[in-house]
Amino acid sequence: MPRYAQPGDEVHPGHPVTVSRYGPLARLNHWITALSLILLALSGLAMFHPSLFFLSDLFGGGQNTRAFHPWIGVVLFASFFVFFFQLWRANLPERTDVVWLSRIRDVVAGNEESLPELGKYNAGQKFIFWSMAFLILVLIGTGIVIWDRYFETATTIETQRVAVLVHSIAAVLIICIFILHVYAAIWTRGTLRAMTRGTVTGGWAWRHHRKWLRELAGQRKTKPAK
Amino acid sequence: MNDSPRTAVSNPPTQSMISNLGPGDLVRRSATESLPPPERQLTPVAKLIDVSKCIGCKACQSACVEWNDTTPAIGENVGVYTNPHDLTENMFTLMRFTEWVNPETDSLEWLIRKDGCMHCADPGCLKACPAPGAIVQYTNGIVDFIHENCIGCGYCVKGCPFNIPRISKADHRSYKCTLCSDRVAVGQGPACAKACPTQAIVFGTKEDMKAHAAGRIEDLKSRGYSNAGLYDPPGVGGTHVMYVLHHADKPHIYAGLPDDPRISPIVQTWKGLTKYVGLAAMGLLAAGSVVHGLFARPNRVAPEDEAHAEQLVESPPGGSRETA
Amino acid sequence: MTNAWTDIKNTDLVVVMGGNAAEAHPCGFKWVTEAKAHRGARLIVVDPRYTRTASVADFYAPIRQGTDIAFLLGLIRWCMENDKVQWEYTKAFTNASYIVKDGFGYQDGLFTGYDEEKRDYDRSSWDYVIGEDGYAVTDPTLQHPRCVWNLLKQHVNFYTPEMVERICGTPKEKFLKVAQMIGECSSPTRTMTSMYALGWTQHSHGAQNIRAMAMLQLILGNIGVRGGGMNALRGHSNIQGLTDLGLMSHLLTGYLNMPTEQEADFETYMKSRQFKPLRPGQTSYWQNYRKFMVSFQKAMWGDAATAENDWAYDYLSKLDVPAYDVLRMFELMNAGRVNGYICQGFNPVLAFPNRGKITAGLSKLKFLVTMDPLETETARFWENHGEFNDVDTRAIQTEVFQLPTTCFAEEEGSLTNSGRWLQWHWAGGSPPGEAQHDTWIMAQIFLRMRELYRKEGGAFPDPILNLSWEYHDPNEPEPEELAKEINGRALRDLTDPSDPAKVLVPAGKQVVNFSQLRDDGSTMCGCWIYSGCFNEAGNNMARRDNHDPDETGAYLGWTFAWPLNRRTLYNRASADLQGRPWDPSRKLLEWDGTKWTGYDVPDIAPNAKPGEVGPFIMNQEGVSRLFSRGMMRDGPFPAHMEPFESPVPNVLNPKMRGNPVARIFESDVAQFGTSEEFPYAATSYRLTEHFHYWTKHNRVNASLQPEFFVEISEELAAEKGITLGGWVRVWSKRGSVKAKAVVTKRIRPLRCDGKVVHVIGIPLHWGFVGAAKKGFGPNSLSPFVGEANIETPGYKAFLVNIEPSTPPAGVVA
Repeated sequence: MPRYAQPGDEVHPGHPVTVSRYGPLARLNHWITALSLILLALSGLAMFHPSLFFLSDLFGGGQNTRAFHPWIGVVLFASFFVFFFQLWRANLPERTDVVWLSRIRDVVAGNEESLPELGKYNAGQKFIFWSMAFLILVLIGTGIVIWDRYFETATTIETQRVAVLVHSIAAVLIICIFILHVYAAIWTRGTLRAMTRGTVTGGWAWRHHRKWLRELAGQRKTKPAK
Repeated sequence: MNDSPRTAVSNPPTQSMISNLGPGDLVRRSATESLPPPERQLTPVAKLIDVSKCIGCKACQSACVEWNDTTPAIGENVGVYTNPHDLTENMFTLMRFTEWVNPETDSLEWLIRKDGCMHCADPGCLKACPAPGAIVQYTNGIVDFIHENCIGCGYCVKGCPFNIPRISKADHRSYKCTLCSDRVAVGQGPACAKACPTQAIVFGTKEDMKAHAAGRIEDLKSRGYSNAGLYDPPGVGGTHVMYVLHHADKPHIYAGLPDDPRISPIVQTWKGLTKYVGLAAMGLLAAGSVVHGLFARPNRVAPEDEAHAEQLVESPPGGSRETA
Repeated sequence: MTNAWTDIKNTDLVVVMGGNAAEAHPCGFKWVTEAKAHRGARLIVVDPRYTRTASVADFYAPIRQGTDIAFLLGLIRWCMENDKVQWEYTKAFTNASYIVKDGFGYQDGLFTGYDEEKRDYDRSSWDYVIGEDGYAVTDPTLQHPRCVWNLLKQHVNFYTPEMVERICGTPKEKFLKVAQMIGECSSPTRTMTSMYALGWTQHSHGAQNIRAMAMLQLILGNIGVRGGGMNALRGHSNIQGLTDLGLMSHLLTGYLNMPTEQEADFETYMKSRQFKPLRPGQTSYWQNYRKFMVSFQKAMWGDAATAENDWAYDYLSKLDVPAYDVLRMFELMNAGRVNGYICQGFNPVLAFPNRGKITAGLSKLKFLVTMDPLETETARFWENHGEFNDVDTRAIQTEVFQLPTTCFAEEEGSLTNSGRWLQWHWAGGSPPGEAQHDTWIMAQIFLRMRELYRKEGGAFPDPILNLSWEYHDPNEPEPEELAKEINGRALRDLTDPSDPAKVLVPAGKQVVNFSQLRDDGSTMCGCWIYSGCFNEAGNNMARRDNHDPDETGAYLGWTFAWPLNRRTLYNRASADLQGRPWDPSRKLLEWDGTKWTGYDVPDIAPNAKPGEVGPFIMNQEGVSRLFSRGMMRDGPFPAHMEPFESPVPNVLNPKMRGNPVARIFESDVAQFGTSEEFPYAATSYRLTEHFHYWTKHNRVNASLQPEFFVEISEELAAEKGITLGGWVRVWSKRGSVKAKAVVTKRIRPLRCDGKVVHVIGIPLHWGFVGAAKKGFGPNSLSPFVGEANIETPGYKAFLVNIEPSTPPAGVVA
């Protein structure tokens, strides 16, 4: 049983070496989730603060924004949790995560050399993964409570008030997480292709997820040659 | 331009009038940061509902349906006189019937309260509303829903301390009593007050209504209701729909009229702290990322990293230098 | 009403008993709230249910339905005993001092002269002792043991507060509180008004309910004064007009009577209508009967009514029975003796008792014509609506003609309200579809029938052929033409009797009012009491001057009130024997030394001296009657009578059932239930959200009160396992209904004669057509018995049983 590698992860020798990180299904899943989250953020923000109400025009006005938002939420929820079950094992915390976190300054500074070798995900990615999972659960739960079209009478107004408050706080948090996630992906060059082409370069894997790379490399050699 | 009407019982003016409730008469507008000051101050109006004079005939409900041209459903009897059983998008006002045995006298009192929008001076619905201009408050105190701006989110329902607005399942817009703003704007009183056969519902300036209430309270006290009083709750800054209650010390006996209504602290937090802190947090984080991206060195994969990787992949099975 | 709606604002105490003014008359009830708000008036409600009127009352006392007489006689007893009597008024303006014949007596709940076989009294002993001068003998000191006052005292002695509690179930202390509040109104400066409606009339002893209160009002000095009176709240906007115009089988217009078989000719008819004064100098206004009668005949048959043919007296039908009231008509229908029925503006399938019998009767007709603006259950009686109207359509051969008519808002004309105001109104819209005015339809029927009689003749075509029909358009008489005919006009020049050269009214001109009517055929008048409504001054009913000098509530310039635009009947009684107002702050009339002046049209000759002419000018005595002589079939005094279906026996006479003289058809005897089989006391009523069976067609009203229900106490619900809003079945000896249950604290079990009596309330607004949910009416359950004097069916007190039930077939629970 591999420790870090997931089904489909594979190294391809070459110049440079490429490593399959996400299969087509996972990528599709990711981008549906991402798109949903973006649409939810935009429509949610339109209803969150008057200065952002103009965003509702993207959806064809406030009525549509209000109507689409919860349905997109349902899509996000479904899509994310398909994704979740693919990745959760690789996101289980480890001892090295603590070391990594304790050297967060080096992380931000890009001093990768002073960090421990990591598996498929670093602590930051795991944090994002678990935060997303938790916040999406909170958002879908509270979202259903305030989805008046279908659930208006299911709960008391007092419950709905709490729900709408929690929903908005959770939404703020998930947007923050989202920003971190996106920025980290951009800042860490060579990352985006994992979600576009599905592969990263061996160097990227060496630099950021060496243990994972080693495991894959080891796996390849134990397997009979093609 | 005329000021607010003084009564609901007079006949409508015979000359055509220009509406006196226009955009220049707003003191508050939902989801609008900067509203120009109103062009003038109309005399605040109020509807006074004297519960002790009300006979529960529901003429107000009929008048409301007729004037607003709504189509309430024909429901069923569930063992009470309150029909429909709750406010709906087609029933902006509702007689709520409560059978209450007065513990002091051991005699039955049938408390009949006309429920509907209270037109709070500090309206929770307006505070909660995210749609610019969907809820407005005029200088005369009327809180009105401008349906073309409504997005149907139901936040007003959560914001209201009295549980009044209802979202239509048909057009997904929020509805409630408008205090007949369209009538008041042209010098007439609300339809319900006009229809009330016992003048349990009266309409006029808020000051006049308070004075009228004082007389009614005096009469009630002479009939043994020592706790008779006016319901004009300060928690929402006072209301433009007020009640004369025989038992003003316990409003809750009147079908759950809140004893001390105020905008829920949860709603306050949501529409206050959360809104500003949340926006700031997201903004700062986004800005921080941009700044970091501009000024900090990106985390690039070095050619050595690629070499290491190639080496690793090409090295013989069983291990490598690095792991030794 | 003796007074007017607007006058109620002048009162100090409103007693609502036998009615539910706030619910059934919400717009009129505003005057009660005015009195409360501006005069500090108090409101008492006595009712089996805590009604919406009770919800704004100062005091509420429960009472078992049908026992009002015991309660009221208890009040009279209490007032007599506690000196709460307006003595000066009682002595001067009532017949308290009149001596009654020796033969008169009362025992075991029955007056003298009862004949069990005939279910009738020989009323000859119920009268005054007439002196040698031909006048009634009186004792103004009230010392004579046979004077009315002492007989009354003896009669009411039975009704102690304890007895009231035993019969009515009203707790003694509540009764005494009511008595105290009412007793205060014996002061000349305090008045009480009685507001009642069908809660009093719809009993087999309905008229006596009202008489009992009228007697109480008289001894308190509250009749004829501002803020006082006996105020019948009429149940339809124009039901006062219906009785005024005599739309009853035994009446002509203006309370003239239909002749009977025994009155074969005009002189015989007039002989019992002499109305000679019973005291010296009294007006006895009915002495003018002949003038009104002749003028009526002239209005009907014009030139065909002549002195020679007794003013066409033979054209009038002669009654072989006291009346062809609705109950008798349906009895005859069931017996196959009525084959056709024209049903104009009413809905017997929901309105008349024992619906099973009504439907059976209609099913035996050859034809039924309905004239109504709405689809009625009667027009659809043959249609199967499952449990709601479970008839075998194929077995019904009745041909039904449904003629749509206009409704009031599509018509011009006048409505007579409870306060006797004839209020002209104008059409507010045009009728939909094929709807036609009732006048058009009636004219068409008449013209066609006349044509048939003209062509084919008949046994006696004269009344039809000679009927006066002088309208501009014979196909549709105009409302104004009819109104003018009702007012009356001179047929020849009317000259001053003291100066024949002086023409008072030229031929062809409208008479000013009924004082100008003559018995020589020189005048015509359709309805004498309405005369004055449309004279040469114009249509007085259309007046809309709402000025009210000194805010007395009289509004003399607003429309026209009969008689003579008088707003308060007997208003001369508002002043004492010297003609000074009892209460100067509530002056109505005053004697200024030569004539009566004041705010209202005097109900007495303007120059009739106070102290000489009594205020009750329609009575031969000139005074009011605490003892009504032989005028009523069931007694000169009211006495406690139980409903025909009563949960307890009559304490006065356990063998006596209902009103001993009320008419019972043989076929109905078996359909009375007993309290063993049907233990619960039911009553029926209206709800404010609806008007009868009309507004269930209106979506707004239907949404405000959508579905048929019955009301029961929490105690009965617990006993029977009935849940709030659950289905129940209620049944009587005559029928069964299913309803939703409203379980309420507003109905409490009563304790009567040692027995717990549960009351079941049944509102009356649902049927099987219209916008509201399908339902039933209480008439499916109520008994086929009428009021002893007037045959108003009794809907207010009958026996039923109740059990939890499933919904009617096809209705989702």
